[in-house]
Amino acid sequence: MATDYAPATPSTPTAPSGLVSGALRMVDYWLTVAARTWKGAVVTTFVTPFLYVLALGVLLGGFIEADPATLDGATTYLAFVAPGMVAAHSMNIAFAEMTYPVMGMLKWQRIYYSMIASPLAPSHIVLAQVAWVVLRTLLACGVFLLVLAAFGVFDTFWGVLAAWVLQGLVVLAFTTPVLLFSLSIRGEESFALIFRLGMIPLTLFSGTFFPIGNLGSVLEKIAMASPLWHGVDLTRMLTLGRLDWGVAALHVVYLVVLAAVCWWLAIRKLAERLVS
Amino acid sequence: MISARGLRKTFGDFEAVRGIDVSVRPGVAFGFLGPNGAGKSSTMRMICCVSPPTGGELRVFGMDPAQDGPKIKARLGVCPQEDTLDVELNVYDNLYVYGRYFGLPRAEVKGRIEELLDFVQLTDKAKAKVDDLSGGMKRRLTIARSLINRPEILVLDEPTTGLDPQARHVIWDRLFRLKQAGVTLLLTTHYMDEAEQLCDELVVMDQGRIVAHGTPLGLIRDHSTREVAELRFGVGEHESLAAKVEDLAERIEVLPDRLLLYSDDGESVIEAVHGRGLTPAATLVRRSSLEDVFLHLTGRTLVD
Ligand SMILES: Nc1ncnc2c1ncn2[C@@H]1O[C@H](COP(=O)(O)OP(=O)(O)OP(=O)(O)O)[C@@H](O)[C@H]1O
Ligand SMILES: [Mg+2]
Repeated sequence: MATDYAPATPSTPTAPSGLVSGALRMVDYWLTVAARTWKGAVVTTFVTPFLYVLALGVLLGGFIEADPATLDGATTYLAFVAPGMVAAHSMNIAFAEMTYPVMGMLKWQRIYYSMIASPLAPSHIVLAQVAWVVLRTLLACGVFLLVLAAFGVFDTFWGVLAAWVLQGLVVLAFTTPVLLFSLSIRGEESFALIFRLGMIPLTLFSGTFFPIGNLGSVLEKIAMASPLWHGVDLTRMLTLGRLDWGVAALHVVYLVVLAAVCWWLAIRKLAERLVS
Repeated sequence: MISARGLRKTFGDFEAVRGIDVSVRPGVAFGFLGPNGAGKSSTMRMICCVSPPTGGELRVFGMDPAQDGPKIKARLGVCPQEDTLDVELNVYDNLYVYGRYFGLPRAEVKGRIEELLDFVQLTDKAKAKVDDLSGGMKRRLTIARSLINRPEILVLDEPTTGLDPQARHVIWDRLFRLKQAGVTLLLTTHYMDEAEQLCDELVVMDQGRIVAHGTPLGLIRDHSTREVAELRFGVGEHESLAAKVEDLAERIEVLPDRLLLYSDDGESVIEAVHGRGLTPAATLVRRSSLEDVFLHLTGRTLVD
């Protein structure tokens, strides 16, 4: 058997020539992980958004009669809450992928150590893992938006398409900070902190379910510092087709800077943990 | 293949490796023998380019790990002290994804996996989850994985620690074959039998320093006698009886549970002990081993 496969001259193992070529060597690793985890992912990807839309958008939203002016111009509560839920879903994926799985690769199974023993460097590892999360998110949010479209939530095709692509950036703005956090802590006990003080308040108070104007002027300012608010507001502008270019640009800059700074710090942190 | 001069590694103000000189020639099985905390793993990690040296000079394949880490790693096989297998993937996938990290084409990785599974006798476990493997099988899988890039140097950090004797012998047999195939082996161990069986050349390491260097037989010849007479008396008597017999041997070591009398003729030492009216509970004559070398050099036993 073996001789059928083995070429006459064996290839030589090499150091990767660049950042992308190194990360591409990890595609098969992440495909293998995907093949192992897809069954569980189907539930979170397909069923969860459906339940959310049903419960919050349709059933709860049925009770909400509001002036479109107070709902950022949305004509129904469902149309208001839908983009918020999509952006929050992106954030959730980042938290799910970058907390316990990262701790497992670092501490429990020490897979990062096997990667670093090969010619790959921390920058390759981070790029591949971040790319994996972005792709997962685009798939999940694509399905989410389709479900919403089936409920007749949207009037704009291009806005929804742009909102879909935007989720790549929204998830990045959480992926790299959470990765940095997970690489910086000693034990998994600290995850309770980031879930309770990070993810849950962000989900509740970032304009996902109600306009942040309702919070009062002081809390509203605080909510505006939340990365999720920038993601939600931008997603909502796009799906409602009411884009304010200046505000949108600010949102994008905020998300890009946050993602980029934490990306750079995460690579440094990973190197610090693996190389000592 | 590898050369180190004055190589040092400190963690904070703790000196794990305190200036060692090593030179490993191609095709040699080179061992680092030493007790816990001697600095063996720290040295291996520097050679594997995952730990920057604090001082001294290190060259692997003539290259500097600080500059050419990835190039060196492409040609190294690494079997770390603690397993780093992905326990959620099966045996085959562990090898497959790892082979891809080295930039090898998919078809070639697949071919190599078949050969390697056969080599480490895990072919029928190819689809088994790593979690379900025994300790010995995991170790063999780690060795197979470290060979996926056909390394010129294979670094093994305590390849058989924690395994039962049978599993150890299987691994020794495989490593022996690799050696015969011309792979340079670099291994650490705190088992003297492992060092004796596998190594052509070895250094004895203790507290970050190399205390002796040579072939297993050469070290025994230089630092011990041909034979050792072991005497067991009652608990607590060894210390006081040592003075009565120490002139019978070239050298004596007092351990909590026995006396070791070093001589080229162990039997006659025991006869002489009996001649003095002493009756040990048990006696044993054996050849000197690396354990004796270590005891002599450091005053401590290897495995505590
Ligand atoms: N990352 C680190 N930070 C701090 N101290 C370390 C680190 N790695 C190793 N040490 C210390 O350096 C010393 C040498 O450790 P090393 O792992 O090299 O020993 P070893 O010879 O491999 O021992 P063992 O047989 O237990 O594996 C030990 O005292 C250890 O505690
Ligand atoms: Mg060690």
